[in-house]
Amino acid sequence: MNAIIEVKNLTKKFRDIKAVDNLSFTVEAGQVYGFLGQNGAGKSTTIRMLLTLITPTSGEIELFGMNLSKHRKEILRQVGAIIERPDFYKYLTALENLRLFASMSGVKVSEKKLMEQLDMVGLAERANSKVKTYSQGMKQRLGIATALVNDPGLIILDEPTNGLDPQGIADVRNLILLLSKEKKKTLLISSHLLSEMELIADSMIIIDKGKKLVEGRVNELFDPSETIVELKTTDDAATFEKLQQSSLKIFMHGKRNDCLLLKLHRNEVPSVMKELVQMDVNVVSLHSKHSLEDYFLSLTTGSTHVEAATN
Amino acid sequence: MKKFVLVIVLLSGWLLSKAQTAEELIQKVKAKLDKVNDYEAKGKMKTNVIFIKAPIANVKVYYKKPNRLRINNESGISFIPKGSMNINLGNIFINTTGFDIIDVGKESGSNLRIIKLLPKDENADVVLSTVYIDEAQSLIKKTKTTTKENGTYELEMNYGKYAEYGLADKVVFSFNTKDYKLPKGITFDYDDGSKKEPTPDKLKNKKGKVEISYSGYIINKGVSDSVFK
Amino acid sequence: MWKLLQIELFKIFKRPRTYIAFGAIAAIVFLIQIALKYDGKSYIDLLLSNLSGSFEFSDEFKGKLLNGYLICFIILNTLLIQMPLLVALISGDAIAGEANMGTLRLSLTKPISRTEYMLVKFAASIIYTLALLLCMAALALFGSMLIFGTNDMVVMRSEGIEQIKNFDVLWRYFAAFGFAAVALTTVSALAFLLSVFAENSIGPIIATMSIVIVFTILSEMNIPIYDQTIKPYLFTSHMVAWKGFFYVKADAEGTTINGSIENFPAVMRSLGILLVYIVLFFGSAVWVFKKKDILT
Repeated sequence: MNAIIEVKNLTKKFRDIKAVDNLSFTVEAGQVYGFLGQNGAGKSTTIRMLLTLITPTSGEIELFGMNLSKHRKEILRQVGAIIERPDFYKYLTALENLRLFASMSGVKVSEKKLMEQLDMVGLAERANSKVKTYSQGMKQRLGIATALVNDPGLIILDEPTNGLDPQGIADVRNLILLLSKEKKKTLLISSHLLSEMELIADSMIIIDKGKKLVEGRVNELFDPSETIVELKTTDDAATFEKLQQSSLKIFMHGKRNDCLLLKLHRNEVPSVMKELVQMDVNVVSLHSKHSLEDYFLSLTTGSTHVEAATN
Repeated sequence: MKKFVLVIVLLSGWLLSKAQTAEELIQKVKAKLDKVNDYEAKGKMKTNVIFIKAPIANVKVYYKKPNRLRINNESGISFIPKGSMNINLGNIFINTTGFDIIDVGKESGSNLRIIKLLPKDENADVVLSTVYIDEAQSLIKKTKTTTKENGTYELEMNYGKYAEYGLADKVVFSFNTKDYKLPKGITFDYDDGSKKEPTPDKLKNKKGKVEISYSGYIINKGVSDSVFK
Repeated sequence: MWKLLQIELFKIFKRPRTYIAFGAIAAIVFLIQIALKYDGKSYIDLLLSNLSGSFEFSDEFKGKLLNGYLICFIILNTLLIQMPLLVALISGDAIAGEANMGTLRLSLTKPISRTEYMLVKFAASIIYTLALLLCMAALALFGSMLIFGTNDMVVMRSEGIEQIKNFDVLWRYFAAFGFAAVALTTVSALAFLLSVFAENSIGPIIATMSIVIVFTILSEMNIPIYDQTIKPYLFTSHMVAWKGFFYVKADAEGTTINGSIENFPAVMRSLGILLVYIVLFFGSAVWVFKKKDILT
């Protein structure tokens, strides 16, 4: 396996604020790589550095085994990207936009190929409509068509499902899987939705405040035996009290959304339920959560992350 | 040719010796000018006014008795000074009420007879005309006219083939120009940074000159009235 | 590069905003022409009022004076204020507009260096400026020549009058338009530079106009302390140097010398200064842009 992206000790400072702090990671060829973090964690800054929109304060970036700043053009010719929301020339049609960006990518793309691209993302019928008449979802799809038009080896998608309806999200997910599994592309996909990434990513990194929290293969990162449970009762304060006095060894994570958060081992769940009933606690709801925030919780037991999550 | 010159010299000698009066001389000059009912003349006009840069213009000058005169630039534009109709010398004598004539005598050096004409009409614009006459040829060589409205005009004439009609080959008309100045806010001038001469007075009340060199006259062949409108 | 330039031009000429400028120019030129066609005499009287003490002006004279060449001069004078706005409209938008639309980040992830990108953008702005100027030249010069005919041209300056023979005028206009192209490119370069700093195009457009207006006022005001200190360095002082082509030399007797230019070295100097400004503005724009983090 050879590395398509290799980032070493990447740091970006905006004045005094470190947006990205000594970040290192590697993306192997053919991977779908999840780039996770909450809003403001430094995902966009990192992606912009990968695409030469932002100059790193320090650190090194190698794409396709070449130094990015030295072989910029050569590298970018093999990269397709959507950065944040895809924006286009609103006064031009989808086809005109696509043709324009294709030729900026330095590749000669036939009209037939352009139409195929639009067809792939389901925009063939609207190819000659001006982009200003497009919905957010349509723009997103045009963005994907644009990112793929030069047949890049590496595709970088920044929050590709943002602003999409459930059907759109499913479509994008399928497209990513298609690109990865059938076309053998390498994809770096940023998201703040862990549940999403879990479904499509092979490996992932989670960053927070510009720093790496974890990196690894998805199936290794998640311990399936652990879970975060969100518990809603009629009297949370009393329940909290009772649970603390009980014999159960539960990590309490305070409250969120008016629910109590418990970190449990999966096979502990039934006994906790039983105990709650015995303690005469009226359970309104209890469900197992699996979100990025909760993953943070499972990584730490301190209260700071709870606060971050509750805010 | 030589003979002709000799005749002229002898003739003038005779005339001089006769010592005509100023009135007689004026009448003679007038009679000569009166021979011309109308003319159309071609010429080149040169404008020399301190604040105007003008190209040499091809002009046609039309005249019709008694005092209609028109300078036309056929191909381009020419600034025609006020009082330029005075290049028709007959204008001096137009005054209907007549003149008081003062004989000043001869100009030293040039030997021209200087006569001052004072219009009797108190309301006339012309206050005083001074004419310098070549007695021998009965030709006005120079005039100075002082007006109430437009200052002083001067005319200087050089004669050639049309001397017998009292028509000059070259006329220099000098006139007073008023101060010229336009605000820069209107003109948006380009200031090329060169030092301007710090003498704004230079532009004030300077004499302007218009010089017409005639190449030929068509005399008494009729001139349409339409050219004067 | 040529391909990129084509793309830029395609973008510029595909957007409706571009044509506003052409429309505006056509409208201004046409309005001035109509006004002067029907009420030119009173305008001429106003111009000549200063001279009517010493000269006589027949209707024929006024008619000849108000010829296509003079009209074009009047139009050029008027457009001195409008053209920079129209140029800034596109050049000020060049980078800021892309940033605002969000297309800048995508464009800059293409295998094009930032310097190339800037060169192409600026070249496209210049081409647009030239197109605008050509359009104006056609309407203001040839249009006026058609409507009003041609004759000798009289240029009124603050301290004198320049009169140029009919046949000696046209080449001066070509030279003047050539100069105006450089002058407008200077404005374009300024707007372009400001465009790099902004994330929407209104800012640079307004800033460019403000600078041009303030500098023009300073250039045209006759304040002695400015005359020798800052005036020679303001680019607006040199933008009007196209008029230098209409200032002729005269001989000792005040006769216009055909084909002459009063102070050609000064015009060339002004041209040089404008070129220096262009290089300075564009150079700074590239320098800043190359270091800029694209956050939009």
